[in-house]
Order: sequence, then structure tokens, then C-alpha cells
Amino acid sequence: MQINIIIFGQLCDLLGENLMLNDIADTNSLTEMLNKKFPQLADAKYVMAVNKKVVTENISLTNNSTVALLPPFSGG
Amino acid sequence: MNNTISYERYHRQMILKDFGEAGQQKLLEAKVLVVGAGGLGCPALQYLTAAGVGTIGIVDDDEVSLSNLHRQVLYSVADIGSSKAEKAAEVLSKLNPEITIIAWSERLTTQNALLILEAFDIIIDGTDNFSSRYMINDACVLLDKPLIYGAISQFEGQVAIFNSKNSETDVAVNYRDLFPHPPKENEVLNCAEAGVLGVLPGIIGTMQANETIKLITGMGEPLINRLLTYNALNNQLYELELSSRPETISLIPQNENAFEQMDYEWLCGSKIEQYEIDHNFFDELLATGSIDVIDVREPGEIPTIKEFAFHHIPLNKLQENIELVKTNTVVTICQTGKRSLQAARQLIDIFGTSKKIYSLRGGIIQWKEQHAKQLL
Repeated sequence: MQINIIIFGQLCDLLGENLMLNDIADTNSLTEMLNKKFPQLADAKYVMAVNKKVVTENISLTNNSTVALLPPFSGG
Repeated sequence: MNNTISYERYHRQMILKDFGEAGQQKLLEAKVLVVGAGGLGCPALQYLTAAGVGTIGIVDDDEVSLSNLHRQVLYSVADIGSSKAEKAAEVLSKLNPEITIIAWSERLTTQNALLILEAFDIIIDGTDNFSSRYMINDACVLLDKPLIYGAISQFEGQVAIFNSKNSETDVAVNYRDLFPHPPKENEVLNCAEAGVLGVLPGIIGTMQANETIKLITGMGEPLINRLLTYNALNNQLYELELSSRPETISLIPQNENAFEQMDYEWLCGSKIEQYEIDHNFFDELLATGSIDVIDVREPGEIPTIKEFAFHHIPLNKLQENIELVKTNTVVTICQTGKRSLQAARQLIDIFGTSKKIYSLRGGIIQWKEQHAKQLL
């Protein structure tokens, strides 16, 4: 099972470019795993979208799920 | 405002399928407000003016500076130091004298936002900070106005239409459904050094103008309840479907009064928290014996203070009574901690770092409550 992570904005400074991860059951486990690997992420504000749909609660991930991490932008 | 369509001026768009004379008439009758005449606002204003939106409002309290010119394409070197709103209005009325342009050279605040926004059909957010963005979002929800959102960071931009529905049964998602709470300073990475490529707000601001025109004329598929991100480096477009959150409604002020009481700058920054203190720290400062406490409430406000020594200087008299401050540590207090924050800001402006200035969070009411609890 493979999960593709697409990273936006200044989260790239933290997580690097896009990631590919294996065997993650749901979005909560993904957050936990990312926070462990990138401790600064726990303090960052961002929204998570699975297969282009913003998630507001824990949902399960399947093979080839694409997860986007999008921080807020304020510039204008 | 001229109520007849100039066929020659708008000919190229009027011959478009789905646009026609009806589309042009809708633009002519539309009233669009652009908040922020900067990187996003300039191109949005330019295209909406050119397209013939009948009434355009501009709000911006800023002045043109040299560092603006790489992206704020309405201005020139001769405009440096001039009001952006006024200069933009001047340039735009030369581009299209047939429309009405109203400029406010002032900052949009909780005190004037509802009044200004109310007169328009569609609001475009071209601001550059979170406190304005949350304030505009909340005002649009309160007034039920569609919000054309655009924002940028370095090489990436976001565009969306909030507070609008595709159909009667649709939900109207707003910015707080995406990000319920404003980020604190430490939650936005490298904010100060972010930077922006000049052409990017040009693209995003133009997209905002495009979404506005689609929304007004009913053409195509406007970005209602969808967020589009654009990356200028690799030309990647990514579209997200947005959904509402049950808690959003509780975060937005429920009426005009509640909106006017909101402190969006406090919500969005940590700068004020630095000088806000809690009752424990205040008690420690009191115990040192060498502080000036200033009650900035009006005469006669209750509860009265008998527990410690203080100066009584109402907020609007603070500047003229500044000589009463003798020590190097000052704590301002009021009923709930709001006016004292304003007082602390004024004192910081006056004294800079020469004195330690604090405001008591929660005010005298909360301080008394805490002490009453401790006595139990």
C-alpha cells in the first residue's frame, strides 16, 4: 500500500518535496507519524486533503491515496 | 454612472457565447469592493475596470513605496508616498471613465467594515495579513456576501469563492471552514522572510477578477466551495473540494455588535500577548512594591479597587497624564482587559523599551474572581 503526500507552501521548508509512504491506515496515524518524523510540524497550521477533498475528521487511507498538506497563505 | 453600454468598448467580450449583452448589463449593474490595492488588488481592479463593472470600491490605507512597484502595477515612481486607494482610483478612471469608482484611503476595521461592505454585491480580498482576512471573511458571512479570496506565498497562490452556493441546497463554505482559527506567529513558517515573485500576485489577482466576472455573469464554473492552488515554478494546478465544519458558526460573530467587539489583530498575532499578563504575574509585580498600576476606566465604573494603590487615568486622558508614571514597570488595567491593551500599546509607543509595560488579561473582574476563589 502506497500513500502519496503532496506538500504546499512553506511546509516544503519543513518536509521537503513530495513524500511517498507505506502502510498507513488512516489520517490520524499519518499525522502522528509525520509529527514524530518532523516535530516542527506539530506547531504548524495546515489543512489535510485526501484525494482532493478536505478532511475534517479521521478517515481511512487506501492504496494510492493522495494526501495534500496545505498551509494558510496570507500574502497579497 | 452611465447606464448605457458602450458597444465599441466591450465588443470583444460581448460577442462571446454565454456573455453577450446580458452579461455586459450584469457587469454594469454589479458593485464590487476590492479590499487592498496591492499585489492582488491592482490586477483585479484593472481587469474589472476594463471589463466594465459598474461600481468599484477600493479600500486601502497604505501609501505607494518603491518596493511595491515590482508587483503593484497600477503605480509609478511619481506615485511614491501617495495614497494607494486614491492613485488607483485616478489611474482606473482614466482607463474607464464610464464606471463609478469609490476610494477609501483608510484601513478596514471592525468599526467601518460592515458599513462599507454592505453597499457592495461581491467582496474581493486582496489584503496581505491574517487579521484582515479573518475580519473580511467574518463580515462577509455576517452580511451574506460572496467573497473572492486570493492569497500568495513565495511561488504559490490560492484562489477560492467563499460564502456562495452553487444551488439552493448547497452549503456556503467560508474561510473558517478551511482554517477555523488564525495562525499564531509561530505557526506560520518564515513569515518575515517569505518574499514573493512579482508576477504571481498578477496571476492570482487576475484569477480573482475572472472568478468575479464568472460569478456576476453566470458563465462557466466559478470556484464556489473549491480552492485552487497554483505553483508558478512548475505550473502545477491543484484543486481541493472544501467542506463545512460544524464548529465554524460558533467562531464567527453572530451580529454587528459582536463583530465590532472583535479584536482580529489580537486573534492573529502574538505581539500583544507579550505584554499581556495573568493575575499571578500581576500579584508578583504588586509584591515588588515598585510598579505603577493605571486604571484606564472612566470615572464611576465598578468594581472599584481597594486592594492596591493605583492611578486612575481614563484611556482618552492617558497621553496628557503620562508624568504620573514614575517607576519602570507599568501595568494597565480595566474592566475586562481590552481597553488596558489599547493603553499598553499607547504606553509602548511613548516609552519604547525604556519601561516594562503590561496589561492585565481579563481585567479587574477576572482578578477579583481569582482572588475570591483563593479565599474559599
